[in-house]
Amino acid sequence: MEKLIELTDIYKSYTVGGEQLPVLQDINLTVSRGEFVAIVGASGSGKSTLMNIIGALDRPTSGSYMLEGRDIRQMNDKQLSRIRNRKIGFVFQTFNLISRTSAVKNVCLPMLYAGIPADKAMKRARRLLEQVDMGERMKHNPNELSGGQKQRVAIARSMANDPQIILADEPTGALDSVTGRMIMDLFHDLHKKQGKTIVLITHSPQLAQECQRIVSIKDGRIVSEMKGGKYAGF
Amino acid sequence: MLVFENISRAISGLWANKMRALLTMLGIIIGIGSVIGIVSVGQSMTNGISESMREMGVGNITVSIEEKSDENRQGNGNYFIFGRSQPRREDLISDDMIAEYRRAYGDYISHIYRTESVGSGRAQYSLTEEQINAVGAGSEYAAANGLNILTGRFLKEDDERRQRKVCVVSSGLCSRLMPGEDPIGKELDLTINGRLYVFYIVGVYESDSASRTQTVYMPLSTAKRISGADDGYQSITVVPAASTDTQQFTDATERFFASLYSANKNYTASASNMESMVESVTDMMTNVSLAIAVIAGISLLVGGIGVMNIMLVSITERTREIGTRKALGATNGTIMMQFITESVIICAIGGLMGVGVGLIIGNVGANLLGYSAAVSLPTIMAAVRFSMAIGVFFGFYPAGKAARLNPIDALRYE
Repeated sequence: MEKLIELTDIYKSYTVGGEQLPVLQDINLTVSRGEFVAIVGASGSGKSTLMNIIGALDRPTSGSYMLEGRDIRQMNDKQLSRIRNRKIGFVFQTFNLISRTSAVKNVCLPMLYAGIPADKAMKRARRLLEQVDMGERMKHNPNELSGGQKQRVAIARSMANDPQIILADEPTGALDSVTGRMIMDLFHDLHKKQGKTIVLITHSPQLAQECQRIVSIKDGRIVSEMKGGKYAGF
Repeated sequence: MLVFENISRAISGLWANKMRALLTMLGIIIGIGSVIGIVSVGQSMTNGISESMREMGVGNITVSIEEKSDENRQGNGNYFIFGRSQPRREDLISDDMIAEYRRAYGDYISHIYRTESVGSGRAQYSLTEEQINAVGAGSEYAAANGLNILTGRFLKEDDERRQRKVCVVSSGLCSRLMPGEDPIGKELDLTINGRLYVFYIVGVYESDSASRTQTVYMPLSTAKRISGADDGYQSITVVPAASTDTQQFTDATERFFASLYSANKNYTASASNMESMVESVTDMMTNVSLAIAVIAGISLLVGGIGVMNIMLVSITERTREIGTRKALGATNGTIMMQFITESVIICAIGGLMGVGVGLIIGNVGANLLGYSAAVSLPTIMAAVRFSMAIGVFFGFYPAGKAARLNPIDALRYE
């Protein structure tokens, strides 16, 4: 299978009070196109930092990161913005919808950043919202939506520019178990039906079990990699 | 388009924080309002003043004699002993010269009128006394100056030929000296230069009754006898025909009279019009009001700082939003544009409201000063543009700060 994400000897440290504090060490990780990978770890294990690096939001201190064969470390801010815009869809634990902006406009935003004309963006945003079963609430602002509804809008937004990769950082962390289940089903749906590559960051071993591969991270190092695939949804 | 998205986003943001937005805009509103107010009051005053100067006859050409400057003066080495000499009879502008001038340029001339200032004095009727200014005027004066005769008549050629002691007085003087009476044919005692003369009123002209000293017109010949002046005139006033170019005709008139005076040792004649004077007064007024407006503009600076402050607050509040936008693919430039747009919108709305306030100030101010209000569209455009420029200038630093936010720090911000 084609390697989509290739992390080699990634090292990341933060300078705190003049001291170098290593957050990630010796990270070697490859994600193939169409894979559904879980990254599991306790809080403070460095999994969020790893996600930021994969999401081109942060640069590693050393090591190499190739995304679709292109070296992320060599890119400037503008190129990184483009990668985030076209190649990666983000789903956050706290949804991060833009307030006082309707669901459909939230979904439009990445397309507007990509330079797509407003009417075209609007059309596609509507279709995406219908796909996540939010067709009825397109004009609602985020403060009029429940947590599960917000996360569905966020997933629609992550799909706006049809990215290859979806990066989900604790997407069910702020939801009750029933809505969390629905959101997970949505990810499986995207994976199976649209062939998206999904990287799911979670601290929950049960959720991780559903994914094809489970990467465990502890104290900034990958401690184990196992096969999962115990999803019984379909 | 992202621009429209930014604008609608900025407006909805302002709407969500109405009080805050209004307070932020207040500095801009006051700044723009006072600039526009001052400029339009200044403009109204300038218009009012130049209009009243025009009514005094700005298009008229004054031909007057003047002594030749020292280097041009021929002979007469002992002039310094006597100082500046009085013009003698042959130095004055004569009726012959005027006739010759009229023959040469008749087509360009509407009227020529001659006046002789007699001096100030008092007018007395029964027991009332008023300050007056006595002027000798030719029969053409009323028409040339647009004097509106209310009752009776203006001075006639016949009055001048016979040196009649008749006069035309203002309606203001009549109403104060003889309220309710018919002034025509009444005797009026005029004390001029300490001597008493008795005149008959033959006409009344419309005047601004507010002015303290009123002008009384008498025949030229009578005026000359009272003032002891020779025949001829120190100055005459030419009213050019409507189609005549005042400036060109002034030059032509000057050349004509200068050639008549070329043989005169001591005097020459020059022609001038008041247009240039009106121009310089207008320029001065405009400069003064601009200077005050610039000072008022300093309050715009304060307003701009207020905008910058609220932009910094807004960016701190929306750190997470900025992080999210960056994660969704917004470049630094996109974020920068978003916040500059927001600050420009604040300033533009503030500027427009300021224009409204300024127009009110300008109208009220001009009315209080008794001028008709003048609104200068270029000033309004300039003010709105300037306030938008303030938006760009004071939005630049906060927007740059927002653009430079590290996306992960911004996303993690609580």
